Amino acid sequence: MQALLTRLRAFLGAVLLLITPLAAAQLSIEITGAGAPRMPIAVAPFPGEAALGPGITSIVRADLERSGLFRGLEVPPLAPAPTEASTVNYAEWRSRLADALVLGSVAARPDGRYEVRFRLYDVVKQASLGGIAYTLSKEQVRATAHRIADFVYEKLTGEKGVFSTRIAYVVKRGNRFELQIADADGAGEEAALVSFEPIISPAWSPDGRKLAYVSFENKKPVVYVHSLVDGKRNVIANFRGSNSAPAWSPDGSKLAVTLSREGGSQIFLLNADGSGLRRLTSSAAIDTEPRFSGDGQWIYFTSDRGGSPQIYRMPAAGGEPQRITFEGSYNVTPRLSPDGKTLAYITLNEGKFQVALLDLSNRQVQIITDSDRDESPSFAPNGRMILLATVIGERGVLSAVSSDGRVKQRLSVTAGDVREPAWGPFTE
Amino acid sequence: MRLAIIATLAAAALAAGCATTPEQQAPVSVEERAAKPAPVETKPIARVDLTSKPAAANPLKDPNNILSKRSIYFDFDKYDIKDEFRPQIEAHAKYLRENPGAKMLMQGNADERGSREYNLGLGQRRSDSVKRALTLLGAKDNQIESVSLGEEKPVCTEHAEDCWAKNRRGDMLYNGEY
Repeated sequence: MQALLTRLRAFLGAVLLLITPLAAAQLSIEITGAGAPRMPIAVAPFPGEAALGPGITSIVRADLERSGLFRGLEVPPLAPAPTEASTVNYAEWRSRLADALVLGSVAARPDGRYEVRFRLYDVVKQASLGGIAYTLSKEQVRATAHRIADFVYEKLTGEKGVFSTRIAYVVKRGNRFELQIADADGAGEEAALVSFEPIISPAWSPDGRKLAYVSFENKKPVVYVHSLVDGKRNVIANFRGSNSAPAWSPDGSKLAVTLSREGGSQIFLLNADGSGLRRLTSSAAIDTEPRFSGDGQWIYFTSDRGGSPQIYRMPAAGGEPQRITFEGSYNVTPRLSPDGKTLAYITLNEGKFQVALLDLSNRQVQIITDSDRDESPSFAPNGRMILLATVIGERGVLSAVSSDGRVKQRLSVTAGDVREPAWGPFTE
Repeated sequence: MRLAIIATLAAAALAAGCATTPEQQAPVSVEERAAKPAPVETKPIARVDLTSKPAAANPLKDPNNILSKRSIYFDFDKYDIKDEFRPQIEAHAKYLRENPGAKMLMQGNADERGSREYNLGLGQRRSDSVKRALTLLGAKDNQIESVSLGEEKPVCTEHAEDCWAKNRRGDMLYNGEY
């Protein structure tokens, strides 16, 4: 295990260009950026998997490749086809240049469901790293494949995988605005809300069951909380003037919002049911885009109180703000990494809006994108990737970049402008 | 000082009204009639005049009336009202003063560059700025709701300054129009 980790880290040294179009989906993803050399992994076809429809092992392989950390090896047809119960011929897999190996099988159960079993092996150390058996229906193939990929990813990298998480984004098609929810690989897109008026700023509740967002369906911005379980929508902030920029507290009990009810744009705190309104900022400036820190202690926000928009933070209960960004004349949209150590935001850099990362411990700033109209960065729940909106060829697309800037992916939807991405939390 | 301005404006607007469209003085807007108590007994004969254009019936919609001008444009990163829009602001303030039942939704807009939420803030600054000017000229605070559409409702969608200038805009909507 340790050997694998060491090797994986060693791979992160050099840089090579790869273009890998992946499985067709409504939202298709391609890796476009310069990725680090990746760990070679063999995912052998599971005997019996054809009965499930979509190839479960090809989804696992695609997930792992999309992370930018793995390279899926072609596995020729083998007879007899190995399963998780086979004795592994490590020398043979080593000769195929695999560092890691996934073997498994699919069996039909008498109740009409299926059982998928798999095991992960470290080929170099010649050791099993564990395995799982899942019972599933045909509708759960994708979800099961993502779980398998998460298991493999966590065993080989030491950090949690995000293949089972979901993303939200807004697509503008003609005069329609669609708030879409999809798997992290862009598959299984489902519209939670369709409107003729704009929808912006979707924010996942910490439990992943609700989205807060801003809808303009009443000819002005109003904040809603939308249950993804039953589609029920509640108006959370519809005060006189504009209501926007919802942000959940880490325990899900409160929302910070930007309201203009008392003049200007100021940050307020509400209970998650819309009660208990309390004003947090008190300035003549635009104070907006609040975000709680993971420990709930701070609210980071954008303010132009110093003359240009910059990022500040204040105690979550309100209090004296302190300025966080100093370089440049336009720094907006603060987003904290899940571990709270890094702040991602949008900076205007030589006429280009790009994603910057600020290391909060040593104050170092690094710009990690090379596009020029980036917006709305959103960390994956494991902190490894950042999803963002950008514009390519006059069209809005989503893009993802690893938090070290090395791996870049593009997610595009046919015939639509995509914007406002938000990566959902880990869910059980 | 403010009263003097209002008086001058009122006189000027009245004079302008007489000179250009005499027929628009007679009709009363729907909003005003709705807001006033029913007249007691003076009931003049209701005349139907097909010779006047229907558009002239509502000064807010009459293309010859300054009240039909509803958009105010702003410079980049600015929210002060430029001199060229003063007559328009003054005319709408007068209309709101004279029609206490009239309500306005003031929508501020921003160009597409940068953060959507920050741009919502910039649009709010613009709509607040117009509202402030209107209330300084005598409109009531509760007649005007100032909101922002940020960069979300562009009238022009090309990514160039000509277009951005059209999107840095405030739009005045009266009740019944939104």
